[in-house]
Amino acid sequence: MSVRRLAEKQPASFEFTLENQAWAAAEITKYPESRQASAVIPLLWRAQAQHDYWLPQKAIEKVAEVLSMPYIRVLEIATFYSMFNLEPVGKHFVQLCGTTPCALRGAEELKKVCASRIGEQRHVTADGNFSWLEVECLGACSNAPMVQINDEYYEDLTPDSLNKLLDDLAAGRPVKVGSQTGRVSSEPEPNKGTTLSDPALYDGSVVGSWKQRFEESMAAAAVAAAEKK
Amino acid sequence: MLADRDRIFTNLYGFQSPGLKAAQMRGAWDGTKALIDRGKDWVVSEMKASGLRGRGGAGFPTGLKWSFMPKPDPARPSYLVVNADESEPGTCKDREIMRNDPHLLVEGCLIASFAMGANACYIYVRGEYIHERNRLQAAVDEAYEAKLIGKDNVHGWPFDLYVHHGAGAYICGEETALLESLEGKKGMPRMKPPFPANMGLYGCPTTVNNVESIAVAPTILRRGAGWFSGIGNPNNVGTKLFCISGHVNKPCNVEEAMGIPFRELIDKHCGGMRGGWDNLLVVIPGGSSVRCVPADQIIDTPMDFDSLSKLRSGLGTAAVIVMDKSTDIVKAIARLSAFYKHESCGQCTPCREGTGWMLRVMNRMVEGRAQKREIDMLLEVSKQIEGHTICALGDAAAWPIQGLITHFRGEIEKRIDQYAANPHSDPVRIAAE
Repeated sequence: MSVRRLAEKQPASFEFTLENQAWAAAEITKYPESRQASAVIPLLWRAQAQHDYWLPQKAIEKVAEVLSMPYIRVLEIATFYSMFNLEPVGKHFVQLCGTTPCALRGAEELKKVCASRIGEQRHVTADGNFSWLEVECLGACSNAPMVQINDEYYEDLTPDSLNKLLDDLAAGRPVKVGSQTGRVSSEPEPNKGTTLSDPALYDGSVVGSWKQRFEESMAAAAVAAAEKK
Repeated sequence: MLADRDRIFTNLYGFQSPGLKAAQMRGAWDGTKALIDRGKDWVVSEMKASGLRGRGGAGFPTGLKWSFMPKPDPARPSYLVVNADESEPGTCKDREIMRNDPHLLVEGCLIASFAMGANACYIYVRGEYIHERNRLQAAVDEAYEAKLIGKDNVHGWPFDLYVHHGAGAYICGEETALLESLEGKKGMPRMKPPFPANMGLYGCPTTVNNVESIAVAPTILRRGAGWFSGIGNPNNVGTKLFCISGHVNKPCNVEEAMGIPFRELIDKHCGGMRGGWDNLLVVIPGGSSVRCVPADQIIDTPMDFDSLSKLRSGLGTAAVIVMDKSTDIVKAIARLSAFYKHESCGQCTPCREGTGWMLRVMNRMVEGRAQKREIDMLLEVSKQIEGHTICALGDAAAWPIQGLITHFRGEIEKRIDQYAANPHSDPVRIAAE
């Protein structure tokens, strides 16, 4: 539990773009009739994405109106779920995983990098480029330590590679998402091919290879059923 | 070691395409109609016979869970909800399934829904997994396009599959909190009973399953319950995704046979311990919510549900967090206390207040700024939280601390002694005059 309040300075209005209105209407059809409240998290998320990754009060009211929900119910949602930013964030919003698996691999050092480059948590740099926050486990523990910047995961970081990443983002240079050490995903690195190296898995020979046993067991079951009668 | 041909997730690392064509080459969607044609009773009995235990942490038999669903009633449609809110610290397996082998999950959803008479299924993906969600949605779209799922599909069971997402709340991994969240409310767990099988999503019969439990189902049915139950040890069968993190040379995800000894798991797949086996301090074998196990007890233990619960720990989600002797174990557990304080939903008083209280005491113990009697007080308070809350988050917050005190009481006491013996910069109280 943490205390989360709306920002003091609020914009005067919020309106979904036409594209997002159409998207919201389609999203609501995913849920049974009169259960449109189910779409509240996706809609708030879309509103946040449209509004520089933070949720103003007017957007919360707008979502309540679209879903015919009481405003307080939507405000509850916006304050309960930690991915809704209730205050402005930097253009590159760094969410640094600080939970134990990342901490064991050096997240503390990354926190120092963020603190020295960006400043305090939740503080947006003067140029509006960065803000950062220590968050709880982001579910990429075999690639620890890692950060999420806006929608992207950056994994297997060191203080040096995080510094370089932030430099590149600040300068607008292209960056590599995912592992910064060249891993494809969460395979062992270096990968000596101890697993998943059998080419027969990928050449299509597995297709149908189970059918014979399956049909035999089916025939046996049919015989057993006939005998019962 | 498990042979490659016995692995279910053959694209675990994303070396191949996650798309439909490539997935079919790897054996997904192969003869799904033949499986469905054998009827739902066969599917459920085969799943029961396979001995699959739920992969979300509790280890409840999946086939049995499916059989709890009541007979279909048009006024109260049944739902399958797939729990992809993977947030347990240490766990990163479902992520790989969703982004690299999503078709196994989509096919599993169809078969599981058929087996329990559900025509609609929601997959609840954690909010942070944005790319994983997009990959999964792309696979769902492909399956609709190919008429593998949908109202009028080639398998003859009308079925709609929707991808839903959360917005950053660990508690939504608890099944009833997940249902609340899916209904558009705060993710606060419900009292049980009624269980979701009777009153679940929108008050209708619902089964909530973990991603891995659902994604392994099609392969189990194809290759037979006997194949799956022949891997591993009795009552702990099949293959399992292990997520290894922490102080090993090569942290990774790997699919292995259930019951592989800890040492073999690390040596075979993770390049051994950092600094050799003598450097191993402690292991959290099943995600942050289970008690830690010291090196000498874990090293030759089979990694399965029953062997680990004998050590008063658990397999949980098989998220193996390995710590070597450089670890400040008190600080590592205190960080988990901070996690549970942050993630408590605030519904039950013991958890809401207790997680904060335990964190404050733990933070003092990291420095040694405590009394030795407070160790027992902390243990006592953790027992007051455990079992006194609606959901298991209270238990999950208590267990890491109980594990720490059981195995590392000496370390905590040493710190208290050190702090007491050393001059330190605490403000010294001086009388007013």
